Amino acid sequence: MRCVQCGYQLTLGQPEAIARVTGLAITSAILMFIVLFAPFLDLKAGSFNSNASVVDVILGFASGIMTPLAFAVLGFIVVLPLARALLLIYTLAPLVMGTANLPGARIALRWAFYLKPWAMAEIFMVGVAVALVKLAGMASIEMGTAFWAFSLLVAVNAFQDTFMCRNTLWTGLNTNIR
Amino acid sequence: MDRSEHQHSLTTARDAGLVGCRSCGLVASPDESECPRCLSPLASRDETSLQHVWAWLIAGLIAFVPANVYPMIQTTQAFRTTESTIVGGVVDLIHHHAYGIAGIVFFASIVIPVAKFIVIAYLAILLGRGRGHDPHRLHTLHAIVEFVGRWSMIDVFVVAILVALVQFDVLASIQPGIAAISFALSVVFTMLSAQAFDPRLIWDTAPKSLNAEGEPAHGR
Repeated sequence: MRCVQCGYQLTLGQPEAIARVTGLAITSAILMFIVLFAPFLDLKAGSFNSNASVVDVILGFASGIMTPLAFAVLGFIVVLPLARALLLIYTLAPLVMGTANLPGARIALRWAFYLKPWAMAEIFMVGVAVALVKLAGMASIEMGTAFWAFSLLVAVNAFQDTFMCRNTLWTGLNTNIR
Repeated sequence: MDRSEHQHSLTTARDAGLVGCRSCGLVASPDESECPRCLSPLASRDETSLQHVWAWLIAGLIAFVPANVYPMIQTTQAFRTTESTIVGGVVDLIHHHAYGIAGIVFFASIVIPVAKFIVIAYLAILLGRGRGHDPHRLHTLHAIVEFVGRWSMIDVFVVAILVALVQFDVLASIQPGIAAISFALSVVFTMLSAQAFDPRLIWDTAPKSLNAEGEPAHGR
């Protein structure tokens, strides 16, 4: 896996790739909990002050016919990214620890791949950037802890996806002791 | 994964009398109705694929109409209410001299959705006819449509953030409009439309590989 002469890593071995994906999935699950409970953006305009967490952003839609949209947004930016991380941990942690597959691991891994296009954390971050520009003229905005946690989460997810080889993970799961 | 030296050298699972799993990539025996590795349903080709593509595409087009006609947000500032549509939002950003961001929103909410309708319809028509196309080009188009489609959601998230943050009673407040929900539905429908394609159909009409003697390698 490493160059014999200089020790440069040429390819990532299967156990190492699985360990990295698991580690990054745990990281993104922890970050998502920080995002949920910390303040996201703080807006000040004169004597008015509004403090929004990610949950507030989602509940902004939760009235009348907009309620389904609120649930969809909640799904796209919180539930599905978190579900994906938890499904990956559930399937891959036993492989890392060398124990038998947990029940339903195959279905869990299939869903982890299937949910990928529907987890839109990174798109939400671009949306935040656009909203900040729109508001820049009318108020001063401060980024809260959740903002930075969310940015980190997007980076972690992008990094994780570079190791998410479908064949590697499926072969790993299939050849694990059952 | 690389293209081999022979440009059209291609053996599909179906040629080999097997079934490929779309979910995990395993090649299974045609007797299996469920993938032995990932337990998802197996079919050599999804014959109803194009019907699903057209149905979701038409649903997406229908939702796209109110998304552009009705306001995305209603801004109330000092007792005056202004409504802005998707295009209005882009114009607004240009007035703020935020040309880069205006470009991103214009691209994500207008260019991508319209281009997606055209490209999906084009793919569906060509695959429906089933001959006379370059499979590599169709494959690239399909991959782009699947990758890019979700980015149209940007505008919906922008509205969500604005609504949550700008709630200063009489001074200023922002309410979501009907277009927000229509636009979100349109994006979801077109994503489902792109996913409904069975990409294996693209390769079925590709020229079969020729071996050294110039005979088709099919069935060997």
